[in-house]
Amino acid sequence: MSSPTTSRRPSGWHLLLAPLTLCFALPLVWLALSSVMSNAEINRFPPALWPKGIDLGGYRYVLGNAMFPRWFANSLIVAAAAVLSNLLLGALGGYAFARMRFAGSRALLGLMLATMVIPFQLTMIPTFLVMKELGLIDTLGALIVPSLVTPFAVFLFRQFFLALPREMEEAAWIDGCSRLRVLFSIVLPLARPALATVAVLTFLSTWNDLSWPLIAINHDTQYTLQLGLTTFQGLHHTRWSAVMAGNVITVLPVLVAFLLAQKTFVQSLTSSGLKG
Amino acid sequence: MSTLPRALTLAPGAAPAPAAARRAARRRTRRETATAWAFISPAVVVILGLSIVPVVWSLLLSFRADDLVTPGRWVGLDNYRALFQDPNFRTAVGNTLLYTALYVPLSLLGGLALALALNRRIRFIGLYRTLVFVPFVVSATAQGVLFSFILDPEFGVANSLLHKLGLSPQGFLTDPDQAIYLLVLISLWSGVGFCVVVYLAALQDVPPELVEAARIDGAGRWRVLRHIILPTLTPVTVFLLLWQLITALQVFDLIYVTTKGGPLGSTGVVVYFVWQQAFQMFTAGYGAAAAYVLALALLVAGGALHLVRRRRERSEGAVR
Repeated sequence: MSSPTTSRRPSGWHLLLAPLTLCFALPLVWLALSSVMSNAEINRFPPALWPKGIDLGGYRYVLGNAMFPRWFANSLIVAAAAVLSNLLLGALGGYAFARMRFAGSRALLGLMLATMVIPFQLTMIPTFLVMKELGLIDTLGALIVPSLVTPFAVFLFRQFFLALPREMEEAAWIDGCSRLRVLFSIVLPLARPALATVAVLTFLSTWNDLSWPLIAINHDTQYTLQLGLTTFQGLHHTRWSAVMAGNVITVLPVLVAFLLAQKTFVQSLTSSGLKG
Repeated sequence: MSTLPRALTLAPGAAPAPAAARRAARRRTRRETATAWAFISPAVVVILGLSIVPVVWSLLLSFRADDLVTPGRWVGLDNYRALFQDPNFRTAVGNTLLYTALYVPLSLLGGLALALALNRRIRFIGLYRTLVFVPFVVSATAQGVLFSFILDPEFGVANSLLHKLGLSPQGFLTDPDQAIYLLVLISLWSGVGFCVVVYLAALQDVPPELVEAARIDGAGRWRVLRHIILPTLTPVTVFLLLWQLITALQVFDLIYVTTKGGPLGSTGVVVYFVWQQAFQMFTAGYGAAAAYVLALALLVAGGALHLVRRRRERSEGAVR
């Protein structure tokens, strides 16, 4: 009898949801707007709320004088290396745990999962010392090595592989394919959701990280975008339009990736959440 | 490693001599073990090497006076003793607890409320959900830089809006009485989206027949929420509670970018304290001790939550 969802009348919920959700977007709208304002518009009191025209001075400053292009490349290298290696090493490890029987596999898996609860600040000082021993401090290597593979990636692949039917793999194996070939030519093509989840979460966490680059990197040629942005803000705190242009450059890749693959993002996060 | 189809020679029916079969089987197991180790060893080396080793190392470090450069010396429990008398550490613990006590319940309640509001099929619902979730993918650094600008006492748009409304300008992040509350608000802006997404997914599992039946029996909205929806969401709530707790107790990036623990130490948190001791003051042993105190607190909190969940499950089982 009462089914308000099917009525033609627009729902009253819009009156609540539209302004409320717009509030979430407002800071980002302001970020975009202020990045194209001139310094004169920002540096007067009260500052302008809407740019008169589009002033690309901030972007020109950031791309010309600062090292943002370099930092962007550094971030991209670190994130890409972390994503690729998490896919490869995570899938290899996950496959071994899911399909191969060897002594101590359960204990080893348990131990690896247990490391997921170790807080970062407990490991950061010795990890710094390990990276120093390896001669990696102040190189992108120091950023890549600790994120080569996470226990989460191994576990996620294992869970996914366990849910796949074994028959095809066994047939291929009997036919003389090596485990490696079976994994690459039969299993991985079926594992696209797992690959996407690991790729998305690895990209998000490495691209957005600040604390580890802050510890491992000193020289500004090796900065990532996050580290570069906060340092840049400290040095140019009166050039707000340039700082905001740099901020846009830092946020945009994640934002674009998110809007393009929103479903994958949301599913990745909920799957990590509900199974955690 | 040979890739010959060994398995074929072991096919049942071939029936080789028992001793040979056993040897072949053993050889196969050994080869399987070798392959498995080849597959997992990179992950094992990276994961265990950069977690178990540092955890032990940190513990040893916490009993030493060490500046990470010159050789340190053993000081026993002195670092821990000093920690409990250090007013800066006490302030950091207090700030961390205040931040956590505000952020965790507010993000869960806000997330639940928004998820309930967004859990309906109306026009633009996809857009509304996207808008709530988008801030979550923005890095803490970008959030910090953006809000430092918005809340800048001189050039910020926040004071400009207050001015338009005829209200007096505020110090915001430069005001020791406001800073930490504003940091909670900024964290909520980005963190609520995660709770919303997880709750929305969980709400899809609430059996609609049950809600329908309760409605027919005359239950109002509130009672449906209280007696049907909330109990179904309990496991997800426990997960989110734990997750947000861990996130909040470890807050660092946002603080580093916005206030650096100031003004007047009003936003100094434990991880910031650890970082400062280890990498600015070069008292790594002292920092490691502080990190251990926080880790222990996390362990106790996690363990307590786990126990509560176990007991609840048992008592619910008993009722049924």
